[in-house]
Amino acid sequence: MTTAAFDLRAKVLGYVFVVQDFTVLCAQTLAGLARPPWYLREIVFQLDRIGVGSLFIVILTGLFTGMVLALQGAVQLEPYGATIYVSRLIGTSVVRELGPVLAALMIAGRVGTGIASEIASMTVTEQIDALRAEGTDPIQKLAKTRLIACLIMIPLLTVIADGVAILGGWLVARLYLSIDSYFYWTWAFEAIHRRDIVLGLAKPVVFGFIIAMVGCYAGFQTKGGTVGVGLSTTQSMVSSSILILASDFLLTKLFMAFP
Amino acid sequence: MNAGPPMITLRSVGLMLGARPILKDVSLDVRPGETKVILGGSGSGKTTILRLILGLYRPDQGSIFVGGEEITHLEERDLAEIRQRMAMVFQNAALFDSLTVRENVGYRLWEQDLLSDEQIDLAAIESLRFVGLEDTVDKMPAELSGGMRKRVGIARALASGATTLLYDEPTAGLDPINTCMVSRLIQRLKTKDVTQIVVTHDLDTAYRIADRIVMIASGCILFDGTPDELRRSDMPAIREFLDPGSMPPDWRVIPKPDVVDEPAG
Repeated sequence: MTTAAFDLRAKVLGYVFVVQDFTVLCAQTLAGLARPPWYLREIVFQLDRIGVGSLFIVILTGLFTGMVLALQGAVQLEPYGATIYVSRLIGTSVVRELGPVLAALMIAGRVGTGIASEIASMTVTEQIDALRAEGTDPIQKLAKTRLIACLIMIPLLTVIADGVAILGGWLVARLYLSIDSYFYWTWAFEAIHRRDIVLGLAKPVVFGFIIAMVGCYAGFQTKGGTVGVGLSTTQSMVSSSILILASDFLLTKLFMAFP
Repeated sequence: MNAGPPMITLRSVGLMLGARPILKDVSLDVRPGETKVILGGSGSGKTTILRLILGLYRPDQGSIFVGGEEITHLEERDLAEIRQRMAMVFQNAALFDSLTVRENVGYRLWEQDLLSDEQIDLAAIESLRFVGLEDTVDKMPAELSGGMRKRVGIARALASGATTLLYDEPTAGLDPINTCMVSRLIQRLKTKDVTQIVVTHDLDTAYRIADRIVMIASGCILFDGTPDELRRSDMPAIREFLDPGSMPPDWRVIPKPDVVDEPAG
């Protein structure tokens, strides 16, 4: 085999092993959800850190997304004399797509990288080995607790982001577009169907899973001291973002397949 | 020291990391209550032996027994039970950054959930008193010096109630006063009938604390005997390690380790 072919084979095998290890970690963490220890104190701590800690950036993201959507939407709708329907545009696009995706990307930047760097630091300073030596399963103690916190808090944060985005759109609609509040809110709620809400809540659950598990995986796989910690943090952000966008497409397609 | 069956046995253990051999055909016994020192240069495979005993690594060949029970192929969940009998003092102490000294020392007791909070606190403070650090209970690990962290690591191992203590370079990087303090702690534990395995490359510490010394180079055991037997040994590889200044400048008996990325030891 030539050197190039050998390198390619090694690279492909490397990716296969990454997928295999990631799958094993996900399976072990999911299996751990059903058995003790529960680490309730750690879960509450993570709920606070992931949920309350991310509130500010999620509110800002939602607010500016809604405001920009109102401005851009009005430009597109104005030629048809349909500016009054801008809230329909904001409501559906925020609940179905922008709210979940943008909130998840922001949370991946804040929470996912935080999980990766924390676990990576523990790995390179032998704290993960120390946990195992003390008879603690690091997957139960670290991965399970963070997964539970992400699965609970990311959908909640997304609902908040959605609400704030529609509110931001209303601010622009009132202040710049002179749209009556009654019409704004009526059209906004009329445009959001139960199906949109289901999709808008299913996505953040999947994104929460991705953020937690990619962060944990990057952390546990860290090698090479402080340089490795930096690489793991970057890797978790990049991988989470790609997986969030790809799974968003797949979930949307899946929902469309079942009218 | 008890002359009964070995507490820990490694039988023809071999380990490769990637394509590199880390340990080759390593066999050793540690008797109950014995303090065994594993001596050797950096990258010789010393730390790997501790990790194998704890089940953090699995050997590619050979068998490992702890308390007469073979652990070579045990699942992680079954290993957790074996690990309850042992405690390890890591090279950099590996204290949990997010916990106070008190929580670090009482960690295993919290996890076991068998004692009340007050009992765990008492056990933690008792262990910290043993290492002379009872006034650091509410400090965070980041507030401690290197020597203090190592002593807290020992206190954590003690509080766990383990009967076998494993030390990875307990005196590395410490000043002479802290080195002496840690050595004395290990010596004091010999009176408590604790089995101890100490990995080090510090000869003074080894002579001070060891009942028996194992010397390892390039993943192979070169010597297993008492400190006096080691002093008297005329094996060139051992003489080179014990007194490198006495060897001719171009002398090189201990082969250069073919291990470069082994964690430590």
